[in-house]
Amino acid sequence: MFALVDCNNFYASCERVFNPALEGKPIAVLSNNDGCFIARSNEAKALGLPMGAPAFKYEAFCKANGIKVFSSNYPLYGDMSARVMQILSQFTPEIEIYSIDEAFLLLKGFDYVDLATYGKEMQQRVEKWTGIPVSIGIAPTKALAKVANKIAKKFKERTGGVHVIETAESITKALKWTQIADVWGIGRQHARRLEAVQVNTAYDFIKLPEDWVRKQMAVVGLRLQQDLKGIPTLGLEEGQKSKKGIATTRSFEGTLNSLPDLEERIATFANHCAQKLRAQKSAANVLMVFVRNNPFDPKVPRISKHIAIPLAYPTDSSITLGQVAIKGLRALYEAGVDYKKAGVMISGLVPVNGKQLDLFQREQPKHDALMAVMDKMNKRYGNALKVGNQDLQRTWKMKQEHLSKRYTTSLSEIITVSS
Amino acid sequence: MRLVKTKDTPSLSFYTPLTEGGLKQPIIEGGISAGFPSPAEDFTEVSIDLNLELLKNPSSTFFCRVSGDSMQDIGIADGDLLIVDKSLEPKDDKIAVCFIDGEFTLKKIKLDKDCCWLIPANKNYKPIKVTSENEFIVWGVVTYAIKSY
Repeated sequence: MFALVDCNNFYASCERVFNPALEGKPIAVLSNNDGCFIARSNEAKALGLPMGAPAFKYEAFCKANGIKVFSSNYPLYGDMSARVMQILSQFTPEIEIYSIDEAFLLLKGFDYVDLATYGKEMQQRVEKWTGIPVSIGIAPTKALAKVANKIAKKFKERTGGVHVIETAESITKALKWTQIADVWGIGRQHARRLEAVQVNTAYDFIKLPEDWVRKQMAVVGLRLQQDLKGIPTLGLEEGQKSKKGIATTRSFEGTLNSLPDLEERIATFANHCAQKLRAQKSAANVLMVFVRNNPFDPKVPRISKHIAIPLAYPTDSSITLGQVAIKGLRALYEAGVDYKKAGVMISGLVPVNGKQLDLFQREQPKHDALMAVMDKMNKRYGNALKVGNQDLQRTWKMKQEHLSKRYTTSLSEIITVSS
Repeated sequence: MRLVKTKDTPSLSFYTPLTEGGLKQPIIEGGISAGFPSPAEDFTEVSIDLNLELLKNPSSTFFCRVSGDSMQDIGIADGDLLIVDKSLEPKDDKIAVCFIDGEFTLKKIKLDKDCCWLIPANKNYKPIKVTSENEFIVWGVVTYAIKSY
Protein backbone atom coordinates (compact mmCIF):
# COMPACT_ATOMS: atom_id res chain seq x y z
CA MET A 1 0.00 0.00 0.00
CA PHE A 2 1.04 3.58 -0.65
CA ALA A 3 0.28 6.70 1.36
CA LEU A 4 0.33 10.18 -0.07
CA VAL A 5 0.85 12.76 2.66
CA ASP A 6 0.13 16.32 1.65
CA CYS A 7 0.52 19.41 3.85
CA ASN A 8 -2.61 21.53 3.84
CA ASN A 9 -1.99 24.99 2.31
CA PHE A 10 1.64 24.49 3.27
CA TYR A 11 3.04 28.03 2.98
CA ALA A 12 0.06 29.54 4.77
CA SER A 13 0.30 26.86 7.47
CA CYS A 14 4.01 27.65 8.02
CA GLU A 15 3.15 31.31 8.58
CA ARG A 16 0.41 30.34 11.03
CA VAL A 17 2.66 28.14 13.18
CA PHE A 18 4.60 31.23 14.21
CA ASN A 19 1.64 33.56 14.13
CA PRO A 20 -1.27 31.54 15.55
CA ALA A 21 -3.51 34.62 15.52
CA LEU A 22 -3.84 33.99 11.77
CA GLU A 23 -5.66 30.71 12.40
CA GLY A 24 -8.92 30.83 10.45
CA LYS A 25 -7.98 34.12 8.77
CA PRO A 26 -7.36 34.52 5.03
CA ILE A 27 -3.66 34.40 4.04
CA ALA A 28 -1.96 34.63 0.67
CA VAL A 29 1.70 34.15 -0.23
CA LEU A 30 3.51 35.88 -3.09
CA SER A 31 6.13 34.49 -5.47
CA ASN A 32 9.77 35.58 -5.44
CA ASN A 33 9.97 39.33 -5.85
CA ASP A 34 6.35 39.71 -4.76
CA GLY A 35 5.20 39.10 -8.32
CA CYS A 36 2.02 37.08 -8.06
CA PHE A 37 0.04 34.93 -5.66
CA ILE A 38 1.33 31.37 -5.43
CA ALA A 39 -0.43 30.10 -2.31
CA ARG A 40 -3.72 30.87 -0.63
CA SER A 41 -5.34 29.63 2.54
CA ASN A 42 -8.83 28.14 2.20
CA GLU A 43 -10.30 31.39 3.50
CA ALA A 44 -8.51 33.41 0.81
CA LYS A 45 -9.68 30.95 -1.86
CA ALA A 46 -13.24 31.30 -0.63
CA LEU A 47 -13.00 35.07 -0.97
CA GLY A 48 -12.21 34.57 -4.64
CA LEU A 49 -8.51 35.47 -4.80
CA PRO A 50 -7.32 33.70 -7.97
CA MET A 51 -4.15 31.58 -8.09
CA GLY A 52 -1.35 33.25 -10.01
CA ALA A 53 -2.99 36.66 -9.84
CA PRO A 54 -0.52 39.56 -10.14
CA ALA A 55 0.07 41.15 -6.75
CA PHE A 56 -0.44 44.78 -7.75
CA LYS A 57 -3.83 44.07 -9.30
CA TYR A 58 -5.18 42.58 -6.10
CA GLU A 59 -3.57 44.86 -3.54
CA ALA A 60 -6.79 46.75 -2.90
CA PHE A 61 -8.82 43.54 -2.97
CA CYS A 62 -6.65 41.99 -0.24
CA LYS A 63 -6.87 45.10 1.88
CA ALA A 64 -10.63 45.33 1.52
CA ASN A 65 -11.11 41.67 2.42
CA GLY A 66 -8.58 41.53 5.22
CA ILE A 67 -6.34 39.03 3.43
CA LYS A 68 -2.93 38.96 5.10
CA VAL A 69 -0.26 38.92 2.38
CA PHE A 70 3.22 37.43 2.79
CA SER A 71 6.33 37.41 0.63
CA SER A 72 7.57 33.87 0.14
CA ASN A 73 9.88 32.87 2.96
CA TYR A 74 11.68 29.85 1.53
CA PRO A 75 14.20 29.49 4.38
CA LEU A 76 11.22 28.96 6.70
CA TYR A 77 9.20 26.74 4.35
CA GLY A 78 12.26 24.62 3.53
CA ASP A 79 13.10 24.03 7.17
CA MET A 80 9.51 23.18 8.11
CA SER A 81 9.31 20.82 5.13
CA ALA A 82 12.46 18.99 6.27
CA ARG A 83 10.94 18.54 9.73
CA VAL A 84 7.71 17.11 8.30
CA MET A 85 9.63 14.70 6.05
CA GLN A 86 11.86 13.60 8.93
CA ILE A 87 8.80 12.76 11.02
CA LEU A 88 7.14 10.90 8.14
CA SER A 89 10.25 8.80 7.65
CA GLN A 90 9.72 7.45 11.17
CA PHE A 91 6.66 5.62 9.85
CA THR A 92 8.31 3.73 7.00
CA PRO A 93 11.83 3.38 5.68
CA GLU A 94 10.63 3.90 2.12
CA ILE A 95 9.66 7.46 1.36
CA GLU A 96 9.68 9.58 -1.78
CA ILE A 97 9.76 13.32 -1.17
CA TYR A 98 7.60 14.38 -4.07
CA SER A 99 7.63 18.12 -3.52
CA ILE A 100 8.18 20.63 -0.72
CA ASP A 101 4.84 19.68 0.83
CA GLU A 102 4.10 16.17 -0.43
CA ALA A 103 5.55 12.72 0.12
CA PHE A 104 4.70 9.21 -1.00
CA LEU A 105 5.24 6.50 1.61
CA LEU A 106 5.46 2.84 0.74
CA LEU A 107 3.76 0.78 3.44
CA LYS A 108 5.06 -2.71 2.85
CA GLY A 109 4.41 -5.50 5.34
CA PHE A 110 1.60 -3.68 7.12
CA ASP A 111 -0.91 -6.50 6.60
CA TYR A 112 -1.89 -6.66 10.25
CA VAL A 113 -1.97 -2.94 10.82
CA ASP A 114 -5.13 -0.91 10.56
CA LEU A 115 -3.97 1.67 8.04
CA ALA A 116 -6.62 4.23 8.87
CA THR A 117 -5.41 4.26 12.46
CA TYR A 118 -1.81 4.36 11.31
CA GLY A 119 -2.58 7.30 9.04
CA LYS A 120 -4.32 9.14 11.89
CA GLU A 121 -1.25 8.60 14.04
CA MET A 122 0.98 10.06 11.31
CA GLN A 123 -1.30 13.03 10.92
CA GLN A 124 -1.43 13.69 14.65
CA ARG A 125 2.30 13.38 15.14
CA VAL A 126 3.16 15.76 12.30
CA GLU A 127 0.63 18.31 13.49
CA LYS A 128 1.62 18.06 17.16
CA TRP A 129 5.36 18.20 16.54
CA THR A 130 5.44 20.90 13.86
CA GLY A 131 2.04 22.58 13.86
CA ILE A 132 1.53 21.70 10.18
CA PRO A 133 -1.81 20.01 9.34
CA VAL A 134 -1.63 17.24 6.74
CA SER A 135 -4.08 15.15 4.70
CA ILE A 136 -3.35 11.52 3.97
CA GLY A 137 -4.62 9.20 1.25
CA ILE A 138 -3.84 5.49 1.47
CA ALA A 139 -4.40 3.03 -1.39
CA PRO A 140 -2.84 0.07 -3.22
CA THR A 141 -1.03 2.28 -5.79
CA LYS A 142 0.45 5.75 -6.05
CA ALA A 143 -2.17 7.07 -8.45
CA LEU A 144 -4.96 5.78 -6.19
CA ALA A 145 -3.27 7.24 -3.12
CA LYS A 146 -3.48 10.60 -4.89
CA VAL A 147 -7.20 10.03 -5.44
CA ALA A 148 -7.68 8.98 -1.81
CA ASN A 149 -5.83 12.10 -0.68
CA LYS A 150 -8.13 14.31 -2.68
CA ILE A 151 -11.15 12.67 -1.04
CA ALA A 152 -9.60 13.02 2.41
CA LYS A 153 -9.22 16.75 1.80
CA LYS A 154 -12.53 17.37 0.09
CA PHE A 155 -14.63 15.59 2.71
CA LYS A 156 -12.63 16.64 5.73
CA GLU A 157 -15.57 16.57 8.14
CA ARG A 158 -16.24 12.95 7.35
CA THR A 159 -12.70 11.65 6.85
CA GLY A 160 -10.85 13.74 9.40
CA GLY A 161 -8.22 14.25 6.72
CA VAL A 162 -7.28 10.56 6.39
CA HIS A 163 -8.88 8.30 3.81
CA VAL A 164 -8.11 4.70 2.86
CA ILE A 165 -9.36 3.07 -0.33
CA GLU A 166 -8.64 -0.59 -0.51
CA THR A 167 -11.62 -2.73 -1.54
CA ALA A 168 -12.71 -3.01 -5.16
CA GLU A 169 -15.95 -1.19 -4.35
CA SER A 170 -14.26 1.72 -2.63
CA ILE A 171 -11.82 2.03 -5.55
CA THR A 172 -14.66 2.08 -8.09
CA LYS A 173 -16.58 4.61 -6.07
CA ALA A 174 -13.54 6.88 -5.77
CA LEU A 175 -12.72 6.64 -9.47
CA LYS A 176 -16.29 7.48 -10.46
CA TRP A 177 -16.09 10.56 -8.28
CA THR A 178 -12.76 11.77 -9.76
CA GLN A 179 -13.00 14.08 -12.76
CA ILE A 180 -10.57 13.18 -15.54
CA ALA A 181 -8.90 16.61 -15.44
CA ASP A 182 -8.11 16.07 -11.75
CA VAL A 183 -6.31 12.77 -12.28
CA TRP A 184 -2.65 12.95 -11.29
CA GLY A 185 -0.46 12.86 -14.40
CA ILE A 186 -3.18 13.78 -16.91
CA GLY A 187 -2.34 17.15 -18.34
CA ARG A 188 -4.78 19.71 -19.66
CA GLN A 189 -4.37 18.59 -23.25
CA HIS A 190 -4.95 14.92 -22.56
CA ALA A 191 -7.91 15.80 -20.38
CA ARG A 192 -9.47 17.80 -23.19
CA ARG A 193 -8.89 15.01 -25.66
CA LEU A 194 -10.36 12.42 -23.29
CA GLU A 195 -13.41 14.53 -22.54
CA ALA A 196 -13.99 14.80 -26.29
CA VAL A 197 -14.51 11.03 -26.38
CA GLN A 198 -16.79 11.07 -23.33
CA VAL A 199 -14.14 10.01 -20.87
CA ASN A 200 -15.18 12.28 -18.02
CA THR A 201 -14.05 10.44 -14.91
CA ALA A 202 -11.11 8.32 -13.83
CA TYR A 203 -13.50 5.35 -13.95
CA ASP A 204 -14.24 5.97 -17.64
CA PHE A 205 -10.48 6.14 -18.18
CA ILE A 206 -9.69 2.72 -16.71
CA LYS A 207 -12.44 1.20 -18.90
CA LEU A 208 -10.67 2.33 -22.08
CA PRO A 209 -9.02 -0.43 -24.12
CA GLU A 210 -5.30 -0.61 -23.38
CA ASP A 211 -4.44 -0.40 -27.09
CA TRP A 212 -6.23 2.90 -27.39
CA VAL A 213 -4.48 4.33 -24.34
CA ARG A 214 -1.08 3.21 -25.58
CA LYS A 215 -1.71 4.73 -28.97
CA GLN A 216 -3.05 8.03 -27.70
CA MET A 217 -1.01 8.53 -24.57
CA ALA A 218 2.02 6.28 -25.04
CA VAL A 219 3.40 3.99 -22.39
CA VAL A 220 3.18 6.70 -19.73
CA GLY A 221 -0.60 6.77 -20.08
CA LEU A 222 -0.78 3.02 -20.01
CA ARG A 223 1.21 2.81 -16.79
CA LEU A 224 -1.04 5.40 -15.23
CA GLN A 225 -4.10 3.39 -16.28
CA GLN A 226 -2.69 0.24 -14.68
CA ASP A 227 -1.94 2.15 -11.50
CA LEU A 228 -5.48 3.52 -11.37
CA LYS A 229 -6.84 -0.01 -11.85
CA GLY A 230 -5.06 -0.88 -8.62
CA ILE A 231 -2.15 -2.76 -10.18
CA PRO A 232 1.01 -1.26 -8.66
CA THR A 233 2.98 0.02 -11.65
CA LEU A 234 4.53 3.27 -10.51
CA GLY A 235 7.17 2.71 -7.84
CA LEU A 236 8.75 5.06 -5.39
CA GLU A 237 11.45 7.29 -6.75
CA GLU A 238 13.84 7.57 -3.90
CA GLY A 239 16.69 9.92 -3.49
CA GLN A 240 17.06 13.28 -5.13
CA LYS A 241 16.11 13.09 -8.76
CA SER A 242 18.35 14.89 -11.18
CA LYS A 243 16.36 17.71 -12.67
CA LYS A 244 15.66 17.62 -16.38
CA GLY A 245 15.90 21.36 -16.76
CA ILE A 246 17.16 24.20 -14.60
CA ALA A 247 15.94 27.76 -14.72
CA THR A 248 16.70 31.01 -12.97
CA THR A 249 14.24 33.76 -13.77
CA ARG A 250 13.50 36.98 -11.95
CA SER A 251 11.19 39.96 -12.16
CA PHE A 252 13.13 43.15 -11.62
CA GLU A 253 12.14 45.49 -8.89
CA GLY A 254 11.88 48.35 -11.37
CA THR A 255 12.63 47.95 -15.04
CA LEU A 256 15.96 47.69 -16.83
CA ASN A 257 16.68 49.11 -20.26
CA SER A 258 20.45 49.36 -20.67
CA LEU A 259 22.28 46.46 -22.23
CA PRO A 260 25.13 46.39 -19.66
CA ASP A 261 22.62 46.15 -16.79
CA LEU A 262 20.79 43.31 -18.47
CA GLU A 263 24.04 41.56 -19.34
CA GLU A 264 25.04 41.60 -15.72
CA ARG A 265 21.71 40.06 -14.69
CA ILE A 266 21.79 37.41 -17.40
CA ALA A 267 25.38 36.47 -16.54
CA THR A 268 24.36 36.09 -12.90
CA PHE A 269 21.39 33.89 -13.83
CA ALA A 270 23.62 31.75 -16.03
CA ASN A 271 26.12 31.40 -13.21
CA HIS A 272 23.27 30.39 -10.90
CA CYS A 273 22.14 27.69 -13.30
CA ALA A 274 25.73 26.49 -13.71
CA GLN A 275 26.12 26.19 -9.95
CA LYS A 276 22.94 24.12 -9.72
CA LEU A 277 24.15 21.99 -12.63
CA ARG A 278 27.45 21.22 -10.97
CA ALA A 279 25.71 20.44 -7.69
CA GLN A 280 23.76 17.67 -9.40
CA LYS A 281 26.75 16.63 -11.54
CA SER A 282 25.12 17.32 -14.89
CA ALA A 283 26.10 19.23 -17.99
CA ALA A 284 23.77 21.10 -20.34
CA ASN A 285 23.33 20.86 -24.09
CA VAL A 286 20.94 23.77 -24.62
CA LEU A 287 20.72 27.22 -23.12
CA MET A 288 17.72 29.49 -23.45
CA VAL A 289 17.48 33.19 -22.66
CA PHE A 290 14.24 35.09 -22.38
CA VAL A 291 13.32 38.71 -21.73
CA ARG A 292 10.01 40.48 -21.46
CA ASN A 293 8.55 43.82 -20.57
CA ASN A 294 5.65 44.43 -18.22
CA PRO A 295 2.62 42.71 -19.79
CA PHE A 296 0.28 44.68 -17.54
CA ASP A 297 1.40 48.07 -18.82
CA PRO A 298 -1.38 49.14 -21.21
CA LYS A 299 0.71 51.96 -22.73
CA VAL A 300 3.27 49.79 -24.48
CA PRO A 301 2.97 46.71 -26.67
CA ARG A 302 3.84 43.43 -25.04
CA ILE A 303 7.32 42.24 -25.78
CA SER A 304 8.34 38.75 -24.89
CA LYS A 305 11.22 37.10 -26.69
CA HIS A 306 13.33 34.08 -26.23
CA ILE A 307 16.18 32.34 -27.96
CA ALA A 308 17.43 28.80 -27.54
CA ILE A 309 21.07 28.18 -28.26
CA PRO A 310 22.39 24.66 -28.70
CA LEU A 311 25.78 24.33 -27.07
CA ALA A 312 28.71 22.97 -29.05
CA TYR A 313 29.42 20.49 -26.29
CA PRO A 314 27.76 19.68 -22.97
CA THR A 315 29.09 22.00 -20.32
CA ASP A 316 28.69 22.95 -16.68
CA SER A 317 31.12 25.86 -16.77
CA SER A 318 29.91 29.20 -15.42
CA ILE A 319 32.22 30.93 -17.88
CA THR A 320 30.97 29.17 -21.01
CA LEU A 321 27.31 29.35 -20.02
CA GLY A 322 27.67 33.02 -19.11
CA GLN A 323 29.25 33.85 -22.48
CA VAL A 324 26.59 31.98 -24.42
CA ALA A 325 23.79 33.58 -22.40
CA ILE A 326 25.14 37.07 -23.11
CA LYS A 327 25.39 36.27 -26.79
CA GLY A 328 21.74 35.23 -26.67
CA LEU A 329 20.73 38.37 -24.83
CA ARG A 330 22.44 40.59 -27.40
CA ALA A 331 20.41 38.89 -30.12
CA LEU A 332 17.17 39.65 -28.26
CA TYR A 333 17.92 43.11 -26.94
CA GLU A 334 16.15 46.17 -28.32
CA ALA A 335 17.03 49.64 -27.13
CA GLY A 336 14.18 51.64 -25.64
CA VAL A 337 12.31 48.70 -24.14
CA ASP A 338 11.77 48.67 -20.39
CA TYR A 339 12.45 45.08 -19.45
CA LYS A 340 10.63 43.75 -16.41
CA LYS A 341 11.66 40.12 -16.30
CA ALA A 342 14.43 37.94 -17.69
CA GLY A 343 15.70 34.45 -17.25
CA VAL A 344 18.11 31.75 -18.25
CA MET A 345 17.04 28.16 -18.70
CA ILE A 346 19.22 25.19 -19.45
CA SER A 347 18.10 21.82 -20.66
CA GLY A 348 19.25 18.72 -22.45
CA LEU A 349 21.04 17.67 -19.32
CA VAL A 350 23.45 14.75 -19.29
CA PRO A 351 25.48 13.29 -16.47
CA VAL A 352 28.96 14.81 -16.32
CA ASN A 353 30.77 11.53 -16.65
CA GLY A 354 28.91 10.90 -19.91
CA LYS A 355 29.85 14.23 -21.47
CA GLN A 356 30.39 13.86 -25.17
CA LEU A 357 33.44 15.70 -26.36
CA ASP A 358 33.20 17.43 -29.67
CA LEU A 359 35.91 16.35 -32.06
CA PHE A 360 37.09 19.84 -32.89
CA GLN A 361 35.66 22.20 -30.36
CA ARG A 362 36.73 21.03 -26.98
CA GLU A 363 35.79 22.59 -23.75
CA GLN A 364 38.60 24.34 -21.98
CA PRO A 365 39.65 21.55 -19.62
CA LYS A 366 40.93 24.23 -17.29
CA HIS A 367 37.35 25.21 -16.53
CA ASP A 368 36.69 22.03 -14.58
CA ALA A 369 39.41 22.69 -12.05
CA LEU A 370 38.51 26.37 -11.86
CA MET A 371 34.83 25.65 -11.25
CA ALA A 372 35.67 23.13 -8.53
CA VAL A 373 37.70 25.78 -6.70
CA MET A 374 34.98 28.38 -7.23
CA ASP A 375 32.26 26.15 -5.80
CA LYS A 376 34.39 25.27 -2.80
CA MET A 377 35.23 28.90 -2.04
CA ASN A 378 31.65 30.02 -2.48
CA LYS A 379 30.43 27.31 -0.18
CA ARG A 380 32.85 28.32 2.50
CA TYR A 381 32.71 32.08 2.19
CA GLY A 382 29.19 32.55 0.86
CA ASN A 383 29.25 33.52 -2.82
CA ALA A 384 32.56 35.33 -2.57
CA LEU A 385 33.67 34.50 -6.11
CA LYS A 386 31.83 35.70 -9.16
CA VAL A 387 32.47 35.48 -12.86
CA GLY A 388 33.93 38.57 -14.54
CA ASN A 389 30.71 39.60 -16.23
CA GLN A 390 28.89 39.79 -12.92
CA ASP A 391 28.80 43.04 -11.03
CA LEU A 392 30.82 42.92 -7.81
CA GLN A 393 29.53 46.13 -6.28
CA ARG A 394 25.90 45.97 -6.93
CA THR A 395 23.76 43.76 -4.81
CA TRP A 396 20.39 42.97 -6.29
CA LYS A 397 17.81 42.59 -3.69
CA MET A 398 14.62 40.71 -4.15
CA LYS A 399 11.49 42.63 -3.53
CA GLN A 400 10.10 41.18 -0.32
CA GLU A 401 7.89 43.74 1.28
CA HIS A 402 5.76 41.35 3.29
CA LEU A 403 8.43 38.96 4.51
CA SER A 404 7.89 37.11 7.78
CA LYS A 405 10.89 36.18 9.89
CA ARG A 406 13.18 33.20 9.46
CA TYR A 407 11.91 31.76 12.73
CA THR A 408 13.76 28.46 12.45
CA THR A 409 16.99 29.23 10.64
CA SER A 410 18.23 32.52 12.07
CA LEU A 411 18.81 33.00 15.78
CA SER A 412 18.18 36.73 15.55
CA GLU A 413 14.72 36.16 14.07
CA ILE A 414 13.24 33.57 16.44
CA ILE A 415 9.89 34.25 18.09
CA THR A 416 9.82 36.45 21.16
CA VAL A 417 7.74 35.25 24.07
CA SER A 418 6.75 37.78 26.66
CA SER A 419 7.03 36.74 30.24
CA MET B 1 22.31 7.47 17.24
CA ARG B 2 19.67 8.37 19.76
CA LEU B 3 16.11 7.38 20.42
CA VAL B 4 12.96 9.45 20.43
CA LYS B 5 9.90 8.15 22.22
CA THR B 6 7.07 8.13 19.74
CA LYS B 7 4.35 6.18 21.51
CA ASP B 8 3.47 5.02 24.97
CA THR B 9 1.17 2.12 25.71
CA PRO B 10 0.52 0.67 29.18
CA SER B 11 2.88 -2.21 28.55
CA LEU B 12 5.38 -0.90 26.02
CA SER B 13 7.08 2.29 24.95
CA PHE B 14 8.05 2.79 21.34
CA TYR B 15 11.14 4.60 20.23
CA THR B 16 12.36 5.74 16.84
CA PRO B 17 16.05 6.09 16.21
CA LEU B 18 17.32 9.38 14.88
CA THR B 19 20.35 8.93 12.77
CA GLU B 20 20.98 12.32 11.23
CA GLY B 21 22.89 15.26 12.62
CA GLY B 22 25.46 15.53 15.31
CA LEU B 23 29.18 15.63 15.17
CA LYS B 24 30.99 12.87 13.41
CA GLN B 25 33.84 10.78 14.72
CA PRO B 26 36.96 12.94 14.62
CA ILE B 27 39.50 11.95 12.02
CA ILE B 28 42.82 11.03 13.47
CA GLU B 29 45.47 12.31 11.16
CA GLY B 30 47.94 9.67 12.19
CA GLY B 31 48.88 8.61 8.68
CA ILE B 32 51.98 6.63 8.08
CA SER B 33 55.03 8.08 9.71
CA ALA B 34 58.34 6.87 10.85
CA GLY B 35 57.90 7.91 14.48
CA PHE B 36 55.67 6.58 17.20
CA PRO B 37 51.96 6.37 16.49
CA SER B 38 49.90 8.62 18.74
CA PRO B 39 49.19 6.84 22.02
CA ALA B 40 45.78 8.61 22.08
CA GLU B 41 44.63 6.94 18.89
CA ASP B 42 43.00 4.00 20.64
CA PHE B 43 41.04 6.28 22.95
CA THR B 44 39.29 8.47 20.44
CA GLU B 45 35.91 9.73 21.57
CA VAL B 46 33.36 12.00 19.98
CA SER B 47 33.51 15.62 21.16
CA ILE B 48 30.68 16.83 23.36
CA ASP B 49 27.83 17.93 21.17
CA LEU B 50 25.29 20.26 22.72
CA ASN B 51 22.88 19.64 19.88
CA LEU B 52 22.68 16.00 20.90
CA GLU B 53 22.38 16.92 24.56
CA LEU B 54 19.85 19.75 24.40
CA LEU B 55 17.79 18.91 21.31
CA LYS B 56 16.24 15.59 22.22
CA ASN B 57 13.90 15.74 19.26
CA PRO B 58 15.18 18.12 16.56
CA SER B 59 12.09 17.85 14.32
CA SER B 60 9.85 19.30 17.01
CA THR B 61 12.32 21.66 18.68
CA PHE B 62 12.20 25.41 18.22
CA PHE B 63 13.98 28.36 19.82
CA CYS B 64 12.36 31.38 21.46
CA ARG B 65 13.69 34.56 23.04
CA VAL B 66 12.33 35.73 26.42
CA SER B 67 11.13 39.27 26.85
CA GLY B 68 10.05 40.30 30.37
CA ASP B 69 10.60 39.31 33.98
CA SER B 70 7.50 37.38 35.05
CA MET B 71 9.49 34.14 35.39
CA GLN B 72 12.54 35.58 37.14
CA ASP B 73 12.07 33.68 40.42
CA ILE B 74 12.73 30.37 38.71
CA GLY B 75 15.72 31.84 36.92
CA ILE B 76 14.34 32.75 33.51
CA ALA B 77 15.22 36.34 32.74
CA ASP B 78 14.74 38.86 30.00
CA GLY B 79 16.81 37.96 26.92
CA ASP B 80 17.27 34.27 27.76
CA LEU B 81 17.17 31.76 24.93
CA LEU B 82 14.60 28.99 25.34
CA ILE B 83 14.62 25.55 23.82
CA VAL B 84 11.02 24.54 23.22
CA ASP B 85 9.80 21.08 22.29
CA LYS B 86 6.38 20.96 20.68
CA SER B 87 6.17 17.17 20.95
CA LEU B 88 5.94 17.17 24.76
CA GLU B 89 2.60 17.04 26.55
CA PRO B 90 1.78 20.04 28.71
CA LYS B 91 1.52 18.79 32.28
CA ASP B 92 1.25 20.39 35.69
CA ASP B 93 4.30 22.45 36.63
CA LYS B 94 5.74 22.38 33.12
CA ILE B 95 6.97 25.71 31.82
CA ALA B 96 5.30 26.35 28.51
CA VAL B 97 5.19 28.82 25.66
CA CYS B 98 1.49 29.58 25.39
CA PHE B 99 -0.45 31.60 22.90
CA ILE B 100 -3.29 33.44 24.55
CA ASP B 101 -5.55 36.03 22.95
CA GLY B 102 -3.12 36.99 20.24
CA GLU B 103 0.15 36.89 22.16
CA PHE B 104 2.90 34.48 23.09
CA THR B 105 3.50 34.23 26.82
CA LEU B 106 5.78 32.14 29.02
CA LYS B 107 4.27 30.68 32.20
CA LYS B 108 4.07 27.61 34.38
CA ILE B 109 1.02 25.46 33.75
CA LYS B 110 -1.47 24.32 36.40
CA LEU B 111 -4.40 22.24 35.25
CA ASP B 112 -7.65 22.65 37.17
CA LYS B 113 -11.04 20.98 36.79
CA ASP B 114 -12.47 22.99 33.92
CA CYS B 115 -9.81 25.58 33.39
CA CYS B 116 -6.07 26.02 33.27
CA TRP B 117 -3.90 28.46 35.20
CA LEU B 118 -0.83 30.19 33.90
CA ILE B 119 1.34 30.81 36.91
CA PRO B 120 4.07 33.48 36.84
CA ALA B 121 7.22 33.24 38.96
CA ASN B 122 7.28 36.83 40.16
CA LYS B 123 5.05 38.21 42.90
CA ASN B 124 4.36 41.36 40.88
CA TYR B 125 2.34 39.34 38.39
CA LYS B 126 -0.99 37.60 38.88
CA PRO B 127 -1.86 34.11 37.70
CA ILE B 128 -3.93 34.08 34.52
CA LYS B 129 -7.06 31.96 34.42
CA VAL B 130 -7.68 30.37 31.03
CA THR B 131 -11.20 29.26 30.20
CA SER B 132 -12.95 28.20 27.05
CA GLU B 133 -13.64 31.91 26.45
CA ASN B 134 -9.99 32.50 25.63
CA GLU B 135 -8.27 31.83 22.37
CA PHE B 136 -5.56 29.60 23.81
CA ILE B 137 -2.99 27.03 22.76
CA VAL B 138 0.00 25.53 24.50
CA TRP B 139 2.51 26.10 21.73
CA GLY B 140 5.36 24.07 23.21
CA VAL B 141 7.02 22.95 26.41
CA VAL B 142 10.29 24.54 27.52
CA THR B 143 13.10 22.03 28.02
CA TYR B 144 16.07 24.33 28.60
CA ALA B 145 16.82 28.01 29.13
CA ILE B 146 20.19 29.30 28.04
CA LYS B 147 21.60 32.49 29.44
CA SER B 148 24.66 34.47 28.62
CA TYR B 149 26.81 36.03 31.36
